[in-house]
Amino acid sequence: MKQTRLRLLIALPFVFVALIIGLAVWYVAGHDVPVLQPRGEIGASEQRLMILALLMSTIVVIPVFVMTVVISWRYRQGNPKRKQYRPDWDSSKLYETIWWGIPILIIGVLCVVTWVSSHQLDPYRKLNPEAPQQKIQVVALDWKWLFIYPDKHIASVNELVIPTNQTISFDITSDTVMNSFWIPALGSQIYAMPGMSTALHLNATEPGTYYGSPANISGSGFASMTFKVRAVSPNEYDAWVLGTQNASRNLTMAAYDALAKPSKNNKVEYFAPVQDGLYDDIVMKYMLPADQPQSQSSDTSTKTDDNMNMNMDMHTPMEMDMTR
Amino acid sequence: MIANWLLGRLNWDALPSEMITIGGAIMMVLSLLAIVAAITYFKRWKWLWREWITTTNHKRIGIMYIVVAVVMLLRGLADVLMLRAQQATSVGASNGIITSDTFQQVFSAHGTIMIFFVAMGLMFGIINLVLPQQLGARDVAFPFLNSVSFWLFAAGMVLINTSLVIGEFSAAGWLAYPPLSEAKFSPGVGVDYWIWSLQIAGIGSLMSGINFTTTILKLRTKGMNMMKMPLFAWSVFGSMVLVAFAFPILTATLSMLYLDRAFGMHFFTADGGGNAMMYVNLIWAWGHPEVYILVLPAFGMFSEIVSTFSRKRLFGYTSMVWAIWAIVFLSFTVWLHHFFTMGAGANVNAFFGIMTMLIAIPTGVKIFNWLFTMYKGRIWFTSPMIWFLGFVYLFTIGGVTGVLLAVPGIDFQVHNSLFLVAHFHNMIISGVVFGFFAGLTYWFPKIFGFSLHEGLGKLAAWLWIIGFMLAFWPLYILGFMGATRRLDHYDASLGWQPLFIVAGIGALVICAGVGVQLLQLGYSIWKRKELKDTTGDPWDARTLEWATTSPPPEYNFAVLPEVTSRDAFWEAKQHKTSLTSDKLEPVLVPKNSAAGPIISLGVFVAAFGFVWHIWWLVILMTLFAVAAVMWRTLSDDESERLIPVGELKELERLSKKEQAS
Repeated sequence: MKQTRLRLLIALPFVFVALIIGLAVWYVAGHDVPVLQPRGEIGASEQRLMILALLMSTIVVIPVFVMTVVISWRYRQGNPKRKQYRPDWDSSKLYETIWWGIPILIIGVLCVVTWVSSHQLDPYRKLNPEAPQQKIQVVALDWKWLFIYPDKHIASVNELVIPTNQTISFDITSDTVMNSFWIPALGSQIYAMPGMSTALHLNATEPGTYYGSPANISGSGFASMTFKVRAVSPNEYDAWVLGTQNASRNLTMAAYDALAKPSKNNKVEYFAPVQDGLYDDIVMKYMLPADQPQSQSSDTSTKTDDNMNMNMDMHTPMEMDMTR
Repeated sequence: MIANWLLGRLNWDALPSEMITIGGAIMMVLSLLAIVAAITYFKRWKWLWREWITTTNHKRIGIMYIVVAVVMLLRGLADVLMLRAQQATSVGASNGIITSDTFQQVFSAHGTIMIFFVAMGLMFGIINLVLPQQLGARDVAFPFLNSVSFWLFAAGMVLINTSLVIGEFSAAGWLAYPPLSEAKFSPGVGVDYWIWSLQIAGIGSLMSGINFTTTILKLRTKGMNMMKMPLFAWSVFGSMVLVAFAFPILTATLSMLYLDRAFGMHFFTADGGGNAMMYVNLIWAWGHPEVYILVLPAFGMFSEIVSTFSRKRLFGYTSMVWAIWAIVFLSFTVWLHHFFTMGAGANVNAFFGIMTMLIAIPTGVKIFNWLFTMYKGRIWFTSPMIWFLGFVYLFTIGGVTGVLLAVPGIDFQVHNSLFLVAHFHNMIISGVVFGFFAGLTYWFPKIFGFSLHEGLGKLAAWLWIIGFMLAFWPLYILGFMGATRRLDHYDASLGWQPLFIVAGIGALVICAGVGVQLLQLGYSIWKRKELKDTTGDPWDARTLEWATTSPPPEYNFAVLPEVTSRDAFWEAKQHKTSLTSDKLEPVLVPKNSAAGPIISLGVFVAAFGFVWHIWWLVILMTLFAVAAVMWRTLSDDESERLIPVGELKELERLSKKEQAS
């Protein structure tokens, strides 16, 4: 009688855990869980990588879980089937070799996976160097995101519109504190930092509207700094670009300075045309002496897109991409 | 002008203005007044001064550490309830119960308090209570330094709580990344409070690290060479070496941040040639070892507990020692995994990812060794063992999510999300906190002379385990849904709210667990006669601390034990031999000293001056603290007292009698 009660008591936590896992699976199945249901190539690779690493870990974890309950049960004090008791047995070369060896093997394989995947999923790597890319420059502000399409001369606030099945090449910076640019449905996030330009390459394989996250705390308006990502077919994208190019608000340095002032709960806005080299100037202004007016460099700027990129490489010594 | 000079930035605006902070401040002030009144009413001031405040005895200091840590645990939990209540209600059109500024202060305080004043406090408390006896020593190597360490820790605690009443706390997160924590974006005193409470407590921790390292190297009893030390002592050794190497980095980093803020320097600013990335590197070069500083002693406690309650020698002792040192070494080579997303190249990210995964190997080995300690043993399932079983399951799950986070390609998708938050709570609660609770329960009878009530202890452990699962497993899913940490508001369409509500319920269950623990403490004090430990060895344990009476006399051992093997006390019981001779000799014990609390008072007021830019106060109190150090150093008074044999005999007789009654 007492035995059965004990057994039930031991079984209880496991039933509870099974219940929680069941509920979790049910919840995930009924909701949009972007990290597990990615809509972009990078996100999909990362999801597969996660499942692979998880499965490899279970090779060690499952034995631990089973052994813990079996050993606890069999060698408990007062077990009527008195099991062997060896109080002085404290080492075994064989056993210890096994549990140094197996984790070393598994972690060894995972290390190779890490090395390879770190290079494949490097945010700086262009997904498909030959195919055309859409360049978008991202600026984190207090508390909104500015997206500049330099080759289209347009910009938007808190809404990112991208064509599907095309590599989007992001340059990311901040004109305030640090933030992190993250679109869970598409993949990787990268920090946005003032005076520095980081890069990220993503694509969307399915049209849709996705959640964009400010993944790093940036002050009191931080929670309202989310943005909407609309992935649309190339045709719709072209139409959107054309429509936006008709927006009547210029984004000059002066207009930008007004936009950059702290504000919360910002609406979606569009700008056209955008002053050439604006992004460059935003990054560079942290490199200038404090007494120099910020917009000076852009006043004299007559750069085209191509040599703007060249200039960027020359002028941003603190650009993160220094390892290659 | 004069007010400016006299009071710096301090003025009436510093008093709290929001309902919830006013409430918190009033409650804190009232409870302080109540304590003062109670001490006065019961005429306990002299007793408090003589027996506690000026003590240099490691056991008294240990108890004070734990009292502070438990009080701070309650504050940290109150913070968490506010955070979860906000996140469960602040959806769509609703803005929840607190403003975003308060919310940000609360989560910054929660993290800071839980790590620095709860986890560190419990750790130093238990080490103080147990380590010297376990080594067969009469005290730590530098008892006076120990008192200074504790009082600096207490001063840091008081300073962080002062921010609740006067001024505000940091809203920049528990590690205060610049540029957000720079004067330009956080102009108030919040970040300065954060800097200075950590600075003071951190220097105390550094001195403790040196103190315990020396204790282990120099004060082991006769015959106890390094490879005969109990594993708890080994893991404390590893942890304290980490303290000695890591905490100077914290001190330097905080100093630079303060120089930026107060004197317009440019170490970490975005402009003027500063580099915020440097701060992030430095803070994690301290911050990652910090995790192992906390978890290694917890591992050590589990090693003692599993071995004692399995009635069996610890399996794979040598492996365990090597595993500790592998972890110590590796913990300094992984800091970059906290910011794979900062944009370093693939080679750098891959290197740090691989180093991180390597830590899983020694940690896994430790778990297997514990399981094989139980194998072929006779396991007695006391409440410390329930904590241990909870630890094995939950910590292993945390380990798996840790391996996922160590792969840069996966980290890019879950960094800064609630998945990460769930992961580190998974390591710190089920690793560190469960370990410390198990250790406290295990050593409680040794410290106080009576055991904690077992039934309530088991109930508390189960509530914590279940509460933990409810509170943190939903966060893993929330992370996958794109929810990031520190959000005080989110859109209803994201479908996050039900999971936040479950997480809030889990937090309540954990609070119920803490409630049961407090009940357990109260009930056990009430029933202390029945729960009395009359043997000095209630668990039939293995190491030297159990060879003396419970509670031990001031000097721990009248005659220092002599050991010839590991688990010497167990061996002696098996072979019915004695570890000590009967020959009493005079014993040296450290004298009380008021210098520790006085130095800390000076440092505390100086830090308050630093926070509010009251420079005359800073200069004055720094001189005061330095003078107190000089006074203590140059004083001719003996710092130790000799107990002659006659008195020693009498004390021994008394403490044996007290234990037996």
